[in-house]
Amino acid sequence: MEKEVRLFSIRRLIYLLLLILALSLPLYVTSRFFLHILIMCCIWGIAATSMNLIMGYTGQVNLAHGGFFGIGAYSAGLLMLKLGFNFWPALILACIITVFLGFLIGLLALRTKGSYFAIGTMCFNVIVTVIIENWEDLTEGARGLLGIPRPSSIPLPFGLEISFSSMASNYYLVLFFLFLTILLISRIVRSMMGRTFMAIRGNEELSESLGISAMRAKLLSFLISTFFAALAGVLYASYIGFLSPEISDYHVTFELLIYCLIGGLGTMAGPLIGAFILTVVSELLHGVPFPRLVAYGFLLVVITIFLRGGIVGGARLLWSRYSLKGKR
Amino acid sequence: MTLFIQQVMNGIMLGSVYSLVALGLTLEYGILHIPNFAHGALYMVGAYFTFLLVTALGFSYWLAMIVAMAALALIGSLVERIVYRPLMLESPLNSFIAAIGLIFIFVDGALNIFGPDFKRFPPLNTQVFHVMGATITFQRILIVAVTAGVILLLHLFIKKTMIGATIEATAQDREGAQLMGININRVRMLVFALGTALAATAAALIAPIHLVHPGMGGPVILKAFVIIILGGMGSIPGAIIGGFIMGLVESLSGGYISTSYNEVFAFGVLVTVLAIRPTGLFGAK
Repeated sequence: MEKEVRLFSIRRLIYLLLLILALSLPLYVTSRFFLHILIMCCIWGIAATSMNLIMGYTGQVNLAHGGFFGIGAYSAGLLMLKLGFNFWPALILACIITVFLGFLIGLLALRTKGSYFAIGTMCFNVIVTVIIENWEDLTEGARGLLGIPRPSSIPLPFGLEISFSSMASNYYLVLFFLFLTILLISRIVRSMMGRTFMAIRGNEELSESLGISAMRAKLLSFLISTFFAALAGVLYASYIGFLSPEISDYHVTFELLIYCLIGGLGTMAGPLIGAFILTVVSELLHGVPFPRLVAYGFLLVVITIFLRGGIVGGARLLWSRYSLKGKR
Repeated sequence: MTLFIQQVMNGIMLGSVYSLVALGLTLEYGILHIPNFAHGALYMVGAYFTFLLVTALGFSYWLAMIVAMAALALIGSLVERIVYRPLMLESPLNSFIAAIGLIFIFVDGALNIFGPDFKRFPPLNTQVFHVMGATITFQRILIVAVTAGVILLLHLFIKKTMIGATIEATAQDREGAQLMGININRVRMLVFALGTALAATAAALIAPIHLVHPGMGGPVILKAFVIIILGGMGSIPGAIIGGFIMGLVESLSGGYISTSYNEVFAFGVLVTVLAIRPTGLFGAK
């Protein structure tokens, strides 16, 4: 909470630099591999940021998030492949379908609290994956959906158009949606609605005694986070071009949860930092002679034990120590 | 009718195994609030212990089971001491991430040491009984009998001994227990030793029927979490009854409807119960 509002605070300067860096990256990163990693970082960043809204700010451990990511991805894939939809209408419709299913699931699941909610939503996630795997007439089952098209070009005046055939253009596409997600979710968090969510996180009974309808607020937060999970899923589907039932698996949920926690739950930057660092780390670990997943496991255990508030929490601690020293 | 009896028998057998795993988990999660997702990985380690002791060292099945229980009790208490104790005052989510890290370590470790192939036990207890047209192997009867014995022993341990009473006291009121001079750290290690020993028992019992492989803990741990929520957090009778409900639902739906939608039915039960009673069957309001 800054008291002084200056046009050029350090914080704003950092944001500006990051924005310039993100926008100019494709100018000097030309390797397809690095661009691929960056695109994946952005997609997981959207999914993790959306999970952070329900989990970090509203305090509801929603373990069905990977399921919604998968539902979004599959709805878009099916709309484009089986019904011949264009990318853009499919994007919107897939998000609507997912939010509708999220509404039905949320209405039922949000009656429960704490661990009951966590495990209940995890059950929904498993059920979603099993249905996708076995409803072969619709989803092609374990064979997966092949050949989902990239976004269609956007026509501009004067015969120009934005096409999405190159890696760089795909990077800008996901980057645009990442910025949109961050902008909207940080707006929500700072609004009255966000304060309501955080009141529920602090103490649900107390917030209800202040006249907050906890069920309505939780459902709203659940649906907004579902919407952005679906968005990430649609972007994934059209970028990768192939979907298998594993993409809706509860392991995806766990992976997103890891991003949020390692980065710092309940902070805007945390899930993004977590998603970026861990996506890069797991790519880099490919070169390690030691069994990769064992190393990843050790890393998770060590980070959780020694860095309790995640990376952002640790950085804040360092910052407050530093600024205290300066004042003395 | 034969199919029905056969499936019920299978369900009771499966339910016994689920109950044992869920009992360990309800102690860890329900009482200590540690979402120990690594419980399933430790169950897998228990199965490998039993398998190696029987095949490589020539132990008898029973001796192997007991040694595996002891070894896993030690591993379980070490896991608590090294990984979960530093996270004691943090949100359970931190322990959750640590548990996922542990799963990677154990499962991928086993994959690298023993390889991905399924290990088969040498034939044990192969006598077959026929009850009203259904066939039951001796091993299946053994599973149910040993489970009943272990549950009885656990009950006596918690209700009749002083150490058991400290666990119950911690479950009821942690601060209160601490004020009465109960060493919470010791209770935590003890609960973990007990819980993982129960998982090892379940693994040793089921290993001769199902095969031993690094991924065997995954589906079981998910069901165990569902069972303890179904029964109500921290409720021991809830974990036992929930385990049998889960086993019966799974084998009956598998026998009569379809095995591919197995999990939908098994987890659908929980969703239905939670829709009616948001705190599980035996959970406190």
